[in-house]
Amino acid sequence: MAEIDTRIDYYPTHECDGIKYRKGHVLPFGASIVSHGVNFSIYSAAATSCSLVLFKKNASLPFAEIPFPEHFMIGNVYSMIVFDLDTENLEYGYRMDGPFDPAAGHRFDKNNILSDPYAKAIGGREVWLEQPKPDKLYPFRSRLVFEDFDWEDDKPLQIPFEDLIIYEMHVRSFTKSPSSGVKHPGTFAGINEKIQYLLELGINCLELMPIFEFDEFEHSKKDPVTGELLVNYWGYSTLNFFSPKSGYAAMGKYGMQVDELKTLIKQLHKHGIEIMLDVVFNHTAEGDHRGPSISFKGIDNKTYYMLTPEGYYFNFSGTGNTLNCNHPVVRSMVRDCLRYWVSEYHIDGFRFDLAAILGRAQDGSPLNNPPLLESLAHDPILAKCKLIAEAWDAGGLYQVGTFPAYGRWAEWNGMYRDTIRKFLKGDAGVVADFSERIQGSPEMYSKRGANAGINFISCHDGFTLYDMVSYNQKHNEANGENNMDGNNENDSWNCGFEGETDDIFINTLRQKQIKNAMTMLMVSQGVPMILMGDEMGRTQHGNNNTYCHDNELNWLDWNLIETNAGLYNFIKHIINFRRCHPVLRNKEHFRGSDYMNTGYTDISLHGTKPWQADLSGAGRVFAFMLDGSYAKNGNLSDDTVYVAMNMYWEALSFELPRLPHDKYWHISVNTDMPAPFDFHQLSHEPCIENQQSFLVGPRSIIILIGKEK
Amino acid sequence: MSFSVKTETFDNVAKLTLTGELDSSTAPQLMEEINKVIPQRPSELVMDFEQLDFMASAGLRVIIFAKQKLGTAAKLFMVKPQEQVLETLRMTGLIYSVTIVEHYPE
Repeated sequence: MAEIDTRIDYYPTHECDGIKYRKGHVLPFGASIVSHGVNFSIYSAAATSCSLVLFKKNASLPFAEIPFPEHFMIGNVYSMIVFDLDTENLEYGYRMDGPFDPAAGHRFDKNNILSDPYAKAIGGREVWLEQPKPDKLYPFRSRLVFEDFDWEDDKPLQIPFEDLIIYEMHVRSFTKSPSSGVKHPGTFAGINEKIQYLLELGINCLELMPIFEFDEFEHSKKDPVTGELLVNYWGYSTLNFFSPKSGYAAMGKYGMQVDELKTLIKQLHKHGIEIMLDVVFNHTAEGDHRGPSISFKGIDNKTYYMLTPEGYYFNFSGTGNTLNCNHPVVRSMVRDCLRYWVSEYHIDGFRFDLAAILGRAQDGSPLNNPPLLESLAHDPILAKCKLIAEAWDAGGLYQVGTFPAYGRWAEWNGMYRDTIRKFLKGDAGVVADFSERIQGSPEMYSKRGANAGINFISCHDGFTLYDMVSYNQKHNEANGENNMDGNNENDSWNCGFEGETDDIFINTLRQKQIKNAMTMLMVSQGVPMILMGDEMGRTQHGNNNTYCHDNELNWLDWNLIETNAGLYNFIKHIINFRRCHPVLRNKEHFRGSDYMNTGYTDISLHGTKPWQADLSGAGRVFAFMLDGSYAKNGNLSDDTVYVAMNMYWEALSFELPRLPHDKYWHISVNTDMPAPFDFHQLSHEPCIENQQSFLVGPRSIIILIGKEK
Repeated sequence: MSFSVKTETFDNVAKLTLTGELDSSTAPQLMEEINKVIPQRPSELVMDFEQLDFMASAGLRVIIFAKQKLGTAAKLFMVKPQEQVLETLRMTGLIYSVTIVEHYPE
């Protein structure tokens, strides 16, 4: 300590109103705690002057405002060390002066106090939906955090991509309902209390919907019918890219949200569960020219946003503005942000919202070789973390299968969802496509391997699985947009009645269809993702776009585990089935050949007759067999797995492929059977009497295991 | 805010008894004591929290500092934390690396 104390670069040279300061270090950007002081550094390409504004926590007026002297500036960076600050109780911001000339891209306003784009915590929304006291002067305040968390030997888990089972979750929705029984509902701590549940379910990766600080009050409005407050619930609208959402932490009101989130991550890792963040780098919470000036807009509008030649905001995100992510400066910020989350929070991977935007040039045109995507793919700090793109945007760019991958990027396979849904509801003519999806979409990812695609049938956007089998149409009236919002193409089928019904036949079929869907997902090559609650039949009552509801439409009802016990048990089983059968988890695509001389190809396709798959025309059946010798591309040994899917509305007899003489077919799963007879415990599968054929029920799937008796 | 800390050392054990409210205004007092204790390399650091009514982030930071400064060679005991303090230890994860006891010695 003493040595640092005497270093000349930590010695004050200036004083203003009793506050001591000196020229600072330009790097790192943001505010960093240094010996006896705080180093502040911020850049702006077009500001004419800048001052640092300091507040005591929650004080309405600043206690100091220090203009950066001209010689404190290097390039476009202002930096300063201020000494003897109470770092626990400090809030800071910047006031920037410069031209207000929207046509030229500039929107400076020296009346505003602006939040630091590199702030590590933001004050103003400490407690979820707690009405903030009016603060026109500086509503979203930059704060300091302490990087002193005791990680012990924790680090990102680096589970092989093909072994992941991702569970997409909204932090608040998971435990907000009183039925969750947790002590701190709707928080990071609440998830921590439910780790045993996640282990029991069998998932090994949590993907959290946005947790960067956002304003839940943004665009909030009263529902015209019910009077209920509709809010920015999902949070796809970032205020600051380095700060966790304080309102998601029970300790947020005490400024300990960082500790609470890190504790969750450390505990998840301890239990073998990775954590991924859904990150929104395509736009910010500042909206278009009518939106507020919170940070980026007032600091360097022209740098941070894609602007039309007239100075308005391009809107490829569908939310008002578009982050100028292939500007070199913004690119660096995105990279710094991801590096920060990996190194300081031990995050295992990222899912990039509307990632096609990240491949657009500053004028909005798609780039062949987008520098941002390339630099993230090759970044040394991000080298082992998972990068997943939502490979489309609201501007019409659809890159599923063609997203610039650089050998690193995976993507949400939207084609997987669409094909599976069509096949599941019995559409004819999709067997050929379906066959590709089951195999990890090799026709789309021929060079990228099976891990390139994240397979999912449901996600936060669109119907839950239960609603997908209960509604033909979306029912989004509660969103207050006259049912105009949300996707119209859902490929859903209500099984004979729109919505809730007492009809036993329909309800049984719905449960079976959910089991079928989850079975398809779990026997597909590629990386499966489950939507929170689908394992217990969560419903949004037909609403396929619940972005604005802080209520039971989103909150997981834990009583459903009891209500749908049969379904829940089945889904636990089918997840476990995948985890115990490495033959389902290949990194490389099948070759369709017998390259290990087992007498069988790694995969073989069948129909109701063995070796005769009908991929054309009106078929609604598909069967396949995986030779266990080819598990993990021939590196592990597994049983042989045979799956027969009959999406026809009548039962069909499937002749079974012949096994080697010492092996017999054992039944593992039959979705046509009522619970608890729909599956058999692993390695306790009974041998079936008829080894030649199996009558597969209407709209049903069987899984057989080929092994010795 | 009233806060006080009393330090006793015996047999490689350093025992700190905290009273009152540990927040950003009082945390430096604890830090001062911790800085005196650390050079003695105690094998056990005991913090008696029975009379500690409140702990804020600043207080937590000092304890995290002590824990990491002493390393894995020293064990940390926390005696009878009140509910708010216990909850803070739990939610911030510190509880996973310390031992909570009713009495010391146990």
